[in-house]
Parts: sequence; structure tokens; C-alpha cells
Amino acid sequence: MRNAKLNGSTADTGDVTGLAHVSVSGEVDLSHGIILYLEDVSVSFDGFKALNGLSLSVDSDELRCIIGPNGAGKTTMMDVITGKTKPDTGRIFLGQTIDLQRLDEPGIAGAGIGRKFQKPTVFERHTVWENLDLAMHEDKRWFHTLRSKLTSAALARIRETLALVRLQKEAYRQAGELSHGQKQLLEIGMLLMQEPRLLLLDEPAAGMSDNETAQLVELLNHLRGKCSMMVVEHDMDFVAALSGAEGKVTVLAEGTVIAEGTLDHVKRDQRVIDSYLGR
Amino acid sequence: MAIAMVEPPPSLILPARQPILSPLSWRILISVVITVLALVPICTLLVPEQSPFHLSAYALTLVGKIMCYAIGALALDLVWGYCGILSLGHSLFFALGGYMMGMYLMRSIGLDGVYHNHLPDFMVFLDWKALPWYWHGTDHFVYAALLVILVPGLLAWIFGFFAFRSRVKGVYLSIITQALTFAAMLLFYRNETGFGGNNGFTDFKRILGFPIAAIGTRAGLFMITFATLVGGFLSCRYIVTSKLGRVITAVRDTESRLMFLGYNPLGYKLFVWTFSAVLCGIAGALYVPQVGIINPSEMSPGNSIEMAIWVAVGGRGTLIGPILGAFIVNEAKSFLTASLSDYWLFFLGAMFVIVPLWLPKGVVGVFQRLRNKQ
Repeated sequence: MRNAKLNGSTADTGDVTGLAHVSVSGEVDLSHGIILYLEDVSVSFDGFKALNGLSLSVDSDELRCIIGPNGAGKTTMMDVITGKTKPDTGRIFLGQTIDLQRLDEPGIAGAGIGRKFQKPTVFERHTVWENLDLAMHEDKRWFHTLRSKLTSAALARIRETLALVRLQKEAYRQAGELSHGQKQLLEIGMLLMQEPRLLLLDEPAAGMSDNETAQLVELLNHLRGKCSMMVVEHDMDFVAALSGAEGKVTVLAEGTVIAEGTLDHVKRDQRVIDSYLGR
Repeated sequence: MAIAMVEPPPSLILPARQPILSPLSWRILISVVITVLALVPICTLLVPEQSPFHLSAYALTLVGKIMCYAIGALALDLVWGYCGILSLGHSLFFALGGYMMGMYLMRSIGLDGVYHNHLPDFMVFLDWKALPWYWHGTDHFVYAALLVILVPGLLAWIFGFFAFRSRVKGVYLSIITQALTFAAMLLFYRNETGFGGNNGFTDFKRILGFPIAAIGTRAGLFMITFATLVGGFLSCRYIVTSKLGRVITAVRDTESRLMFLGYNPLGYKLFVWTFSAVLCGIAGALYVPQVGIINPSEMSPGNSIEMAIWVAVGGRGTLIGPILGAFIVNEAKSFLTASLSDYWLFFLGAMFVIVPLWLPKGVVGVFQRLRNKQ
């Protein structure tokens, strides 16, 4: 079994992992240094195989860039991880113990996966600070929010995040009034408030000015080591800036991984040149 | 690489909780409450009937009835204006609350009915020998009041649980709420259902021992309805100014973003939906003793749509707007049905076209625009 090979032991039971390490329920078990496993995941829409036996793992605290041509299945992969789309076959685990297929979207978000959409998605009719407050990592059940008060610690976190995404001046403005790039930054700010273990970013630099892109690279570098990240991107300069010489890059094509390694390494791969770079 | 500009961080200052009302609004509300509570008893009971300042039982009942509509509109605005759920089933919750209160009022007639029987007249007429099981205990006011809350609340919760869990939303949800109401109406039209068939309940004699048509009782019902309207308004304000209020508006605007932030919308929707249904049921319960009748026509599709029009005319998502909307539309209705009765439906249809086109934020929106211009 491929699962046995990957997990070392009985991931199904969810109690005991590889090294007889007892996991705490709800905590992401990183005992093997890996935060996300995708194993042989396939999804098809009306016969079209969007994902075709995709296997991938992301180390904890890694910043992984995913590149690939249009229709390679990048967004579908994000949908599958976050619970928006159910895979036909395959397994998806967060850490050693959390089977993401058993959770719904809010459950997956609660387990520690944050997602940035391709199109900036913020609450347009709420103010910037309200957007950050809504995203804050805390009890998200209705009876709690009905009585919840903004603590000074929470306010400090909102201020800190505003500074990080440089939206202090816009704090009281409606998010719908922000520019495209500012919305992108606000959405990333919201994900930071969520304190995820793994951050999925779907083309975060799309539609951003050069200046904003530089800001974004700086921001993501700042996050390196605080959480694991998976960045889907088309812009090769942006990927180069993020992955550097050491970082791992995964190339997807036709719903499967065709190459993995440093950016230089995958750029020389013949299959990558044929299916993506050469075109 | 852009060098970060060194600027003093503007400090974000926020209250721990958004106030329920602004200080000015509190002052206005308290003045209105004091005025009504002081003037209504004086103008009905102390001022002689010949005086122009006398409030007649007719006027009290008319305004009292519209206040019940206003509570219903308030309830609908909470789910429609804030959570994006356009319910066309609120007339069902309204009527159910009314029927529960009606059961108590029917039992209170006692032996004073046409047939001088302990059973309500319509049961004697149908030749029933005993009360159906669900009528037991309804002669106790407290139990009936409990039913006013529980029956619409429970129905809303069960319906909402299945509808929201299956992620039914938008126009589909509106249609199934309408279908549910229509089905209930057909059920209540049947004599076998035990709620008086198409005649419903009427000929009430007393409530809590007080003669129901007496002006003192009318004034009392008026004051209780007014207090409920104010209480309902403040509790809705409490909800929408809480963090939960911001979550439900986020459900309305971008539900998927909210789910990927870790919120499960089901609990939120069920809470506002059930709260709204209960509030609407209470409005119906206050309506029945004042108008003196409840029958299945209260559940007709037109009633639900009219309720949505009150909300739209007043201004969706403002809470105060729907209260104004209920007054404006119903005053217009009283006037038009009395003087130009053939044109009422044309007027209603015209509102349906004019309001979304030129007054998307209703009457409150017009006031806001005027204030912003200053």
C-alpha cells in the first residue's frame, strides 16, 4: 500500500502514527515533518480528468511554488484540498492524522488551511478592520459570536496585521472601495488573522502592479517559517523571487506532477519544456 | 525593491462592541416611548369622546394592527436585509402565532357562544363531541403563549435545518417557503384540521378575563404591541450590531469566503431564521385579539409578498425602514381601499416596479441621501 509507505503506520485509526507517537485530536501532527499529503488523487468532470493520479507532499514550513499550463489542474487541486470538490479517488491528509476528506469546508479551514482565491475575495460591504476581525482565529460558532467582544489582544492583532499589509490608512474604509492590489493584500491579511498552518495561494500576484508584487514577495518571505505555503503562479519572475535557488518547484500538467525540484532543475526538464515553457 | 515608508502607525480605535443605538437614536427612541406611553392612556380613557384629541377604539385598533405588521416586517428584514434570505413564508409564521392565540381566545368564550357549549362553535357545528388532542390545555393563557413561541419556532427550525443544510438559497428558497405556506393554507382550509376551516376563529369575547372590545382592553393591547415592537427592534439591533450580525451580512454577500475562513453558515442561518419566525409569530398573536379574526386567508401568497413590499419600501437592511414601510403602505392601503378600492392592486404593482428602480434603498435611503448632501 502506498499509504503504508508514506505514513509508516495506521493513519486510518488516527490515534497512533509512525513512531508510536500519540496524536492530540485537532492538532496537526507534524512528527514526520510533512504538512500535506496528496496521494493518487483523481477528479473528473464529465469524463475530463482534471486531476489524474496526483501525488504530492509539502514539508512543514516549506514555501512550495506550483506552476503549470492552463488546465493543468492547479485550481482543482486547491478545490480538492479545501473541500470544495470531492475527489473520485485518492487520499488527502493534513499532517499525519487529519483526513481532509472527512471534513467540510469550514472544518478544513478550522483544521488550519487558509485559502486565497484567484480573484480577490473579501467582504466588500464590510470595512477593512471588520474583514480582518471576521477572519480572526477564534471560536466561530454562532452563540459565541453573538456575545463576543473585541479584546485588546484582538485589537492589537488587527493593528499588527494592518501594518503588515500596509492598510492602516484604509482601516475604516469599505473593502469594496479598495484597489485590486489592495484587496489582494487585504485577503492575505485575513488569512494571516486566521493563523493557518498551511496557506494556499492561487495566483496571488495576478493583476498587481510591480510595486504591489514586490510588496507581496516581501510579505510572503516574512511569513516563511511561520506557516507552510503553497503558491500557484504563472509569473515566472515572481516564482523565481519566491523560490530562490533552493526552493522546490512542482510542475503540473494534465492533472499530474511531471517534474519537481529547484526552479533551475525543472526549467531544464525536457517534459516541462515540451508541455509548458516551450509553448 | 521599494523601501518601506516610515510613518507613525495611525492607531485604530474600536469599541469592544458596537453600540446598539447611537446616543441620538437612544434619545429619539426614549422620547417616542415616553410620549406614547403617556398620551395613549390619557387620550383614550381621560379625554372625552367629543374632543378632537380623543383616540377612538377604531383608531387604536388600526394603528395596533399596523404595528403588528411592522413587527412582522422587522422580522423579515432581519433575515432578508441582513442574511439575504428572502422568505415568502413569513405570513405562515404570522398566522401560526395568530392561530395559537386564537385557540386560547376561542376557549375563553366559554359558554357564551351561539350553541352555549364548552366546545368552540365550529366544532359543535361539525358535530364533534370532544376537543382534538392539540386543543388540550389551550384554555390556559401561559400555555397558549408558549405555543405562540414554540410552534412557529419549531417549524422554522426544522424547515430551516433541512433547507440550509442542503444549501438551498436565493430564489429557490423563496419558492419553497412560498410552497410551504401555500400547503399550510390548504391544510387550514379543511374543516377536519380542527382550526375552523375557511371561517377560522372569530367572535372572541374576552382575553384574560377582560372584555375584548372594551376601550380599556384595546388600549392595553395597543401598549403591549407597542412595547413588543420596541423590544423587537432593540433585540434585532442587538443582533445586527454584534459580531454575529457582521457574520450574517457576510453570509449574504460572500458565503464561500466565510466558509473558507472556518465559519459554518448553518448555525448562523438557523439562529436568525428561527428568531425571525418567533418574532413574526408573536406579531400574529398580538394581531388576532385586535382584529378579532384569524382565518387561512392570512397565509395567502399575496400576504407574504405584501410583507416583502413593506420591507422594500422602507429600506432593506435598516430595521427602522421596514417599520416605516409597514406604516406607509398600510396607511395608503386604508386610504385607497376606502376611496378608490379598484386601484389598490395597481398601486401595489406600481410599488413593486418603482421601488427597486428608483428607491433601491427605500424611504430610509432617501433620507440618507438627503443627509449626505448637506
